[in-house]
Amino acid sequence: MNFIDYVQLNPFQKFFYNLKEFIVNLPKNLVRFFKFIALKIVAFFIGVGKAFKFYGVSFVKGDWSTKISYLIMGFGIMVKGQIVKGLVFLAVEVAYFAYLFGFAWQYISKITYLGEVVSPAWYDDWGQKHNAVTDDSMLIMLYSVMALFVTVLFLFLYITNIKVNRALEERRANGEHINSIKEDISSLLDGRYHITLLSLPTVLICTFTVMPMIFMILIAFTNFDTHHPMGGLFDWVGFQNFADVFWDNPKKAYTFQNLVIWTLCWAVIATVSCYIVGVIFALMINKKGIKGRSIFRTMFVMTVAVPQFVTLLLMSQMLSDGGVVNVILRELGWIAQDAQIKFLTDPWLAKITVLVVNLWIGVPFTILSASGILMNIPEELYESARIDGAGPVVTFVKITMPYMLFVMTPALIQQFIGNINNFNVIYFLTAGGPDNPEMYNAGDTDLLVTWLYKLTVDKADYSLAATIGILVFIFCATLSLITFNMTKSAKNEEEFS
Amino acid sequence: MIKSYKLRRTLSNTFIYIFLSVMAIIWVLPLAWLIMTSFRGEQQVYINYVFPKTWTLDNYINLFTQADPSGINFPRWFLNTLIVAIFSCIISTVSVLMVSYTFSRLRFKSRKKIINIAFILGMFPGFLTMVAIYYLLDVMGLTHNIVGLIVVYSAGAGLGFAISKGFFDTVPRALDEAATIDGATRNQIFWKIILPMSKPIIVYTVLTSFTGPWADFIFPRLLLGDSVDQYTVAVGLWKMLDRNNLETYFLQFCAGSVLVAVPITALFLKMQKYYVEGVTGGAVKG
Repeated sequence: MNFIDYVQLNPFQKFFYNLKEFIVNLPKNLVRFFKFIALKIVAFFIGVGKAFKFYGVSFVKGDWSTKISYLIMGFGIMVKGQIVKGLVFLAVEVAYFAYLFGFAWQYISKITYLGEVVSPAWYDDWGQKHNAVTDDSMLIMLYSVMALFVTVLFLFLYITNIKVNRALEERRANGEHINSIKEDISSLLDGRYHITLLSLPTVLICTFTVMPMIFMILIAFTNFDTHHPMGGLFDWVGFQNFADVFWDNPKKAYTFQNLVIWTLCWAVIATVSCYIVGVIFALMINKKGIKGRSIFRTMFVMTVAVPQFVTLLLMSQMLSDGGVVNVILRELGWIAQDAQIKFLTDPWLAKITVLVVNLWIGVPFTILSASGILMNIPEELYESARIDGAGPVVTFVKITMPYMLFVMTPALIQQFIGNINNFNVIYFLTAGGPDNPEMYNAGDTDLLVTWLYKLTVDKADYSLAATIGILVFIFCATLSLITFNMTKSAKNEEEFS
Repeated sequence: MIKSYKLRRTLSNTFIYIFLSVMAIIWVLPLAWLIMTSFRGEQQVYINYVFPKTWTLDNYINLFTQADPSGINFPRWFLNTLIVAIFSCIISTVSVLMVSYTFSRLRFKSRKKIINIAFILGMFPGFLTMVAIYYLLDVMGLTHNIVGLIVVYSAGAGLGFAISKGFFDTVPRALDEAATIDGATRNQIFWKIILPMSKPIIVYTVLTSFTGPWADFIFPRLLLGDSVDQYTVAVGLWKMLDRNNLETYFLQFCAGSVLVAVPITALFLKMQKYYVEGVTGGAVKG
C-alpha cells in the first residue's frame, strides 16, 4: 500500500491498518530497538576509548606541571595561576582517597562473598546465649554501590583536571586572559549557569533514584529473603531468582504466569474501557446546546479530586459481603434476604468488580483530558464539513475520532503503563484477594506490582520482589520507548491540521 | 423538514440530559454516602438500611478528642501530612523549575543526551525499588520518621520536568535576548523575567506536589512501619479499617476521610484548568 492508498482510507481503516502494521512490525521494531541499545553501548565504549586517547596524548604533549597533575590533581592549575581552583581539585583528591581507604575499602573488599561470620554464637559461663556476630551483607552492598558512584564522580573530576590544565596551557600560549576565581564564580551565574541549576537535582536523583535502581538489580541476584533477615548475611545466587520465576520453582513460575496474564488483561481492558466510556461522556457533555456543562464536569471530576485511598477503601466497604450494596439489593428484593453477592471474595466476580470500579475511577480522567482536546478542535474544520453537506455522524467519524486518536495516543500508552502499575485500585479494593493457595503469596486479583508490594512489606521476600521489579520495568520501559519512537514517526507522516 | 430536525435535536438533547444526570448521580453517590455515614449516629459498621436513623457530629468530635492506646491519633496524622506536604512541595517545585528552565533555555554540551536520560529515568515508577530505598534511608536513620518521606517525595521531583519545560518553551526567546543585550546574567533572567511570567506552571507544580503526599499510601506504609505517631493520613485511615479497628473506627474513618477530601478536592478543582492544560499540552508534545 502506498501513501496515496493510505490517505484514501477512512479513519477506522487507518486505525486498523496502523494496528496491523504495529503488530506485524513488532519483531522488526524490537530488533531495531535492541540494535539501537547495542549501538549506544558501542558508542559508549568508543567514548571511553577516546577519553583514554585524550588521557595519553595530553600526557605526552602537556608541559611539566600538567604531567605532575596526573598524580597530584590541581598542581598544574595552581602553577598556571588559578590557585583556589587548584586547591579545590587537590582537596577533592585527598578527600576521595581518604574516603576510599579510610571507609569504603572495608566494604568493597567483601563484595565478592558479601561478608562472613565474624564470631559464631557462644554461651557464656552462666549459660546465656550470645548471638553470632556477622557482617551486614546489605551494608556491604550499599557502601560498595556508593563507592562506585563516588569513584565515577572522582574520575570525571580527574579528567576535568587534565582538561583544565590543557586549556590553560593553550590560553597561555596564545597570550589570552586567565580567569580569576571571582570570574569563575560569576560565570556559574551566567555562562555556566546550567551547572549551578542542575547540580543539586542531579545529586538528589543519583542518590535516591539511580542508586536504589542499581542496588535493586544487585539484590535480584542474591538470596535475600525471609531466611536471611535484614542486618544479617546472604549470598550471591546468580540467575537463580530469574530461573525460579520462569521455570525452576513450579509454584513461583505458576504464580508469575498467572499474574502476567491477568496484569495484561487488566491493563488492556481497563485502558480501553475507560477511554471509550470517557470519550462518549465527554462528547455528550461538550455537545452543542447542552447547558450546565460545568456542573456535569465538576460532578464527574470530584471523584478524581478525592484521594483514591478514600474512595477505594470506601468502595471496598460498600461492596463487602455485609456492605451497603448488598443491603440495597436485599431491600429491593433482587436477592434473597439472607443471600449476598460476593463482589470482592469470588475470584471471577472480584475481577469484574475491580474493572467496573476502575471505570468509576478512570473515566473522569478521560473526560478531563478529552474535553480539553475536543475544545481545541478547530471550529473551521466542522464549518467547512457542514458546508460540504456532512451530517453529524460523518463529522464525528471523519473529524472528531481521528483527531482524538491522533492527539491522545501517547496519553493512552501512558495510561496503559499506568494501569500495569495500578497499585491503588487493586490493593485498596481487594488487597489482591481472594487468596489463592495454589499461588505463591498471591491472590486472584493481584497484579505484578501488588504482588511485589506484598512480598516486600509483608513477606520480606526481597530478592524475589527485586526480580519482579526488574522484569516489570524492562517490560514497561521497552514498551514506552518503542511506542514513543513509533508515535514520533507517525506524527511526521500524517501531520493533522 | 426543519420542524422534524428541531424535534430530533430536542429529543436527543433530552436523552443526553437524562443519561448524564443518571451517570453523574452514580458517580457522586459513593461520595454522598461517605458524607452521610460520617454523620451517622448508629455505631455498627453494617446496618441493614440505607439512611441513618440518627444524625450526629460525634464522629468528628471523637476524631479530635479521643486519645487511643493503640495510637490512633488523627490530628497528629493530619499535622504530619501537612508538614510533609509543605516541605516536599517547596523542594519539588524549586527543583522542577530549575531543571525545566535549564533544559528549556540554556544550551550546553550534551544537553540532548542528558534530557533523554532524564526522560527515561522519569518513566521508572519509584516504588519498584522500594526495598533499596528503604534500606538506604534506614542507613541514614530516616526510616520511621517523616523526614524520610519528605526525602522520598522530593528527591526525584526534578525528573517531572516535562510539563513545565513545555511551558517554558512557549515563552518567547526574544525576551531573554533583550535582557542579555541589556546586560542581565542568566541568573537574573531566571529570577526576574522568567519566574514572574510563569505563574500558571508554578501554581500547577505547587498544587500537584502538595496534594501528592495526602494521597500516597505506598511509601508511608513502607517507611513508617509501626511508628503510628509518624503516620500520614493515608496510612492512618487505612489502619482504622483493619480487622481489629473496623468495628470501633468505621464512622470516624468516614469523618476523617471527609476532612481530608474536602481541602484536596477544593485545591484540585482550583487547579483543574492547569491540569487540563498540562495533560493535553504534554500529550501533544509527546
